[in-house]
Amino acid sequence: MTADSTSLLFGKLTLEAIPYHEPILVATFIGVAIGGLAVLGALTYFRLWGYLWTEWFTSIDHKKIGIMYIVFAIIMLLRGFADALMMRFQQAIAFNGHEGYFPPHHYDQIFTAHGVIMIFFVAMPFVTGLMNFVVPLQIGARDVSFPFLNNFSFWMTVAGGIIVMISLFVGEFAKTGWLAYPPLSDITYSPDVGVDYYIWGLQIAGIGTLLSGVNLIATILKMRAPGMSMMKMPVFTWTAFCTNVLIVAAFPVLTAVLALLTLDRYVGTHFFTNTDGGSAMLYVNLIWIWGHPEVYILVLPVFGIFSEVVSTFSAKRLFGYTSMVYATVVITILSYIVWLHHFFTMGSGASVNSFFGITTMIISIPTGAKMFNWLFTMYHGRIKYEVPMLWTIGFMVTFVIGGMTGVLLAVPPADFVLHNSLFLIAHFHNVIIGGVVFGVFAGINFWFPKAFGFRLNAFWGKMSFWFWFIGFYFAFMPLYVLGLMGVTRRMSQFEDPSLQIWFVIAAFGAFLILLGIGSFIIQIAYSIWKRDELRDETGDPWNGRTLEWSTSSPPPAYNFAFTPVVHEVDQWWFMKQNGYKRPLSGFIPIHMPKNTGTGAIIGGLSVVFGFAMVWHIWWLAIASFVAIVAVTIVHTFNYNRDFYIPAEEVNAVEARRTQMLPAE
Amino acid sequence: MRPESKMLSRAGLIAALVLPLASCNMVVMSPSGDIAAQQRDLIVISTILMLLIVVPVIFLTLLFAWRYRQSNKTAKYDPEWHHSTRLEVVIWSAPLAIIIALGAITWISTHTLDPYRPLDRISEGQPLSADHKPMTVEVVALDWKWLFIYPELGIASVNELAAPIDTPIRFKITSASVMNSFYIPALAGQIYAMAGMETKLHAVINKPGEYEGFSANYSGAGFSHMRFKFHGLDQAGFDKWVADVKASGTALDKPTYMQLEKPSIKEPVRHYATTDSSLYSAIVDMCVEPGKMCMSEMMAMDKGLICRIPEPTTAAREEKAIRPAT
Amino acid sequence: MSANTTHNAQPAEGLTFYMREEHHPEQSTMIGFWIYLMSDCLIFAILFATYAVLGHSFAGGPDAKELFDLKLVAINTAMLLFSSITYGFAMLEMEKGNKGLMISWMMVTFFFGACFLGIELYEFHHLIGEGAGPGRSAFLSAFFTLVGTHGIHVTCGLVWMAVLMVQMNKFGITAANKRRMTTLSMFWHFLDVIWIGVFSFVYLMGVL
Repeated sequence: MTADSTSLLFGKLTLEAIPYHEPILVATFIGVAIGGLAVLGALTYFRLWGYLWTEWFTSIDHKKIGIMYIVFAIIMLLRGFADALMMRFQQAIAFNGHEGYFPPHHYDQIFTAHGVIMIFFVAMPFVTGLMNFVVPLQIGARDVSFPFLNNFSFWMTVAGGIIVMISLFVGEFAKTGWLAYPPLSDITYSPDVGVDYYIWGLQIAGIGTLLSGVNLIATILKMRAPGMSMMKMPVFTWTAFCTNVLIVAAFPVLTAVLALLTLDRYVGTHFFTNTDGGSAMLYVNLIWIWGHPEVYILVLPVFGIFSEVVSTFSAKRLFGYTSMVYATVVITILSYIVWLHHFFTMGSGASVNSFFGITTMIISIPTGAKMFNWLFTMYHGRIKYEVPMLWTIGFMVTFVIGGMTGVLLAVPPADFVLHNSLFLIAHFHNVIIGGVVFGVFAGINFWFPKAFGFRLNAFWGKMSFWFWFIGFYFAFMPLYVLGLMGVTRRMSQFEDPSLQIWFVIAAFGAFLILLGIGSFIIQIAYSIWKRDELRDETGDPWNGRTLEWSTSSPPPAYNFAFTPVVHEVDQWWFMKQNGYKRPLSGFIPIHMPKNTGTGAIIGGLSVVFGFAMVWHIWWLAIASFVAIVAVTIVHTFNYNRDFYIPAEEVNAVEARRTQMLPAE
Repeated sequence: MRPESKMLSRAGLIAALVLPLASCNMVVMSPSGDIAAQQRDLIVISTILMLLIVVPVIFLTLLFAWRYRQSNKTAKYDPEWHHSTRLEVVIWSAPLAIIIALGAITWISTHTLDPYRPLDRISEGQPLSADHKPMTVEVVALDWKWLFIYPELGIASVNELAAPIDTPIRFKITSASVMNSFYIPALAGQIYAMAGMETKLHAVINKPGEYEGFSANYSGAGFSHMRFKFHGLDQAGFDKWVADVKASGTALDKPTYMQLEKPSIKEPVRHYATTDSSLYSAIVDMCVEPGKMCMSEMMAMDKGLICRIPEPTTAAREEKAIRPAT
Repeated sequence: MSANTTHNAQPAEGLTFYMREEHHPEQSTMIGFWIYLMSDCLIFAILFATYAVLGHSFAGGPDAKELFDLKLVAINTAMLLFSSITYGFAMLEMEKGNKGLMISWMMVTFFFGACFLGIELYEFHHLIGEGAGPGRSAFLSAFFTLVGTHGIHVTCGLVWMAVLMVQMNKFGITAANKRRMTTLSMFWHFLDVIWIGVFSFVYLMGVL
């Protein structure tokens, strides 16, 4: 075959793109391949493919989609954390002329992948998954507004994740840092496919995120049970609402800015190039106009989780519901006018810098108010130390430290000496681990019994918490110190041997966190094994307060046999206090949407499309794009999208539950 | 407060914060240049201000967590208590008060410590006098090394910077390729180096010594080794250094620069006895390569064709940083 | 406890905790699509902002005055505005239940939309032929991207319209089709509004 026809068929893709000469990657690939084959083999052997396809992959049930998001996030967490371990390991040994195990070519991909994966494919699916699962239940709805769209969003997120994962074994990932600043990410300085993997992975996942945001806003606005005014929504729903407003208002910016970067790389435009009038500073501004709200997209729902957890386990109404809501709304709005604090060092004028510094500080006021609200919820409470509550206390202690260092970084002259240092790394891990990760674990432990009908084992949950909690301090407090010693981020080798001890301590911390993740996996496995002992038949294991605890665990496909009528913020608590009796008869057929495979199919085609674009395989890109359009159009010809669950079936499901519940 | 006692109390505060970690060299907390020292003070003051609220919160969290545990039946339990206007006022106004104080400090310090602002003092209590003639250093971030040009002295060096103590230094900073950040922690805070434009930094070193300088913004494969030594020297020492450079160095003309500009890692220290005086502005203009149109020329053409209203735009940042070198 | 009280949804206080009849939440499609349009609007906002920042970076190349042919663009704008009016007629016929006339008006709309696209492609072709392609300068990059993104949206709208014409023809004016027709109407008018922005901000301000 001639070179021309080869490049026509395979674009830039050659055998050389497979990193068979890198032993670490080959070993990883063999591990992944064996593990993957084992899973695929097991699925085939136990004939689970049909079950997975009909019950899960094509499901438009918000609960199942929520669970799939979280499973996806856990898988990606393992990848992202493996990257973190490699970084800590490299930085702990690369001293005194020792080059460590990762040359810059490899190390630079690792830290980029770590950041991208942890934000887009771990933290985002975790919070989206929790919102998907919980919000419709909390507002007394049967599903989200657009159930098919929900399934489609999920598969687009997964497609983006798969594209990023492919880069591990075919070609390479970006070596630019997680925000891919030009000119470094321009074709001149990054001619390899790494940045293309980054772009297409994020663009495809971004479509999913955006549509899921639209979906949840519409759901919260239109699907609430009668009687639930905005100010009677549970706090988690409120934070989910604000988060999705942020998603819808921020992700288009990311889409646009990445599209411009794509044009620079593929078409030769001059948006961010050094030459012909381009401006890299424009990119930095635009990406942070998305990037800062993104931080609040992650942390707001988590604030909601803590609010639910702290009031449930203190067996007390949340203190200051109204101020909690207003604090959330204020944070939502303010998060749009602080983006410049990410680059005070770009040489803006003093007035511009101080404006953005001060707006940033103002955010700490509503955040502080929230912190006090949680405190006074505990005050005069009866605190039960179940696992979710442990995560919450851990969060409250840890997060204020991260908040403090954050405000410190918002003072421009202080930022001049701390910017891009390990102090900054310590700060944002302090708020993302101490906030988002702790909150996600609190949420998983809290709502797991709702999703599966049995609780998670408390012993392994506590092990996981303590390893994470102590591990976090070991891993990141040294980074604060190193930052003050003037050590900058993204270094693969060091000259000053006096730094090494701190990196070794940090590596030890990462090891403790590894044990924490291990304990979490064990916790799930052990709990599944012992599920009969952990079984919760009441549907309300924690003496909960909001509507999701009023249904069975797991909830039936239709969530509520009858749509609830809401009177109070803590509606379920109110119902329990006022002699609510479960309805036992009079059920009517329930209108529900039908499953569809279109989302999974388009997701799969998107992977092909993204891969073809990365490698410039134009015929395949065109073919897969046409296929995507065709599948979409065919889907619109299907008008038969819903069905009725017959009253007898509802009756049978509810009767089974009546048998399980203790006689009144 | 008298200066001495002010300094004493400040030293005490710093000691309280720094003592447990005295064993390591926290250059950010004990810098040798006046600007960095003021930035350090700002970190300390801001931290103390915030601790006023952070410490009580952590303390109350642990206290409440302990006191209201389920097994403590003596603690009051009031499941319906959820509102107190007085408390709400306190929890919103306490952080607000701190932020007002911190905001004021931020506004003032950001203006006084603006890197573009020429210095008005050499160190605390030592104002700038006529005999403190500022020195200009032109800094170019290359892949992956630093080029320093001393326009007044006509010399240049790679990966080595020297300056006399107690002399104001005016850094003019640019980059030949990707974005970097010019940072000497002992001297002053960092500022980005970007291609096709110039950023500025004013600083002074007060104590003689050898300090670390590096790029604080990831710039690709050779980033980890994009480091240099910064020598703070007394006047005699500096004069000797200049003489050494002049004696040992070669000429830095445009062809030599084109050679130097090519990406390289762990570049050794180089000295240039003479420099092409138009080199730096050509680098900022991105027209060192023969036959390339200069950016300033291009912009002048663009402006000549279209009348722009010469008012400061809302994005003052742009005005400042894109400012073409002339 | 007697079966009577157990089945009673209203306890002693007279509170109702659930609805006996099927609850029909309000239709979410319109608000959902509106939210999507707002997010799309943000993409255009970013492209407009980019154009505002880079619109004078000609890199020594041609500027707006030299390049833009206002007459052509005015015809183009008229095409799009007409198409919005004719879409409105199609909506009116839909309300009357007049399938044939509705589809005819949709065809007219489609025709105008296609003309708009054709003229735009001609303009692009002409510019690139003159050496003023998207790679010439940051100004032209921003111009092609802003106008081109609008063009891609119009293309999507046309594909959607074609599909909907087939569906209307085949399945008639059903509730689902009415909903689709209304959302497409929102989309089509939205593109009009964006184009008015492009016309005034890019073309008029560039030339005048």
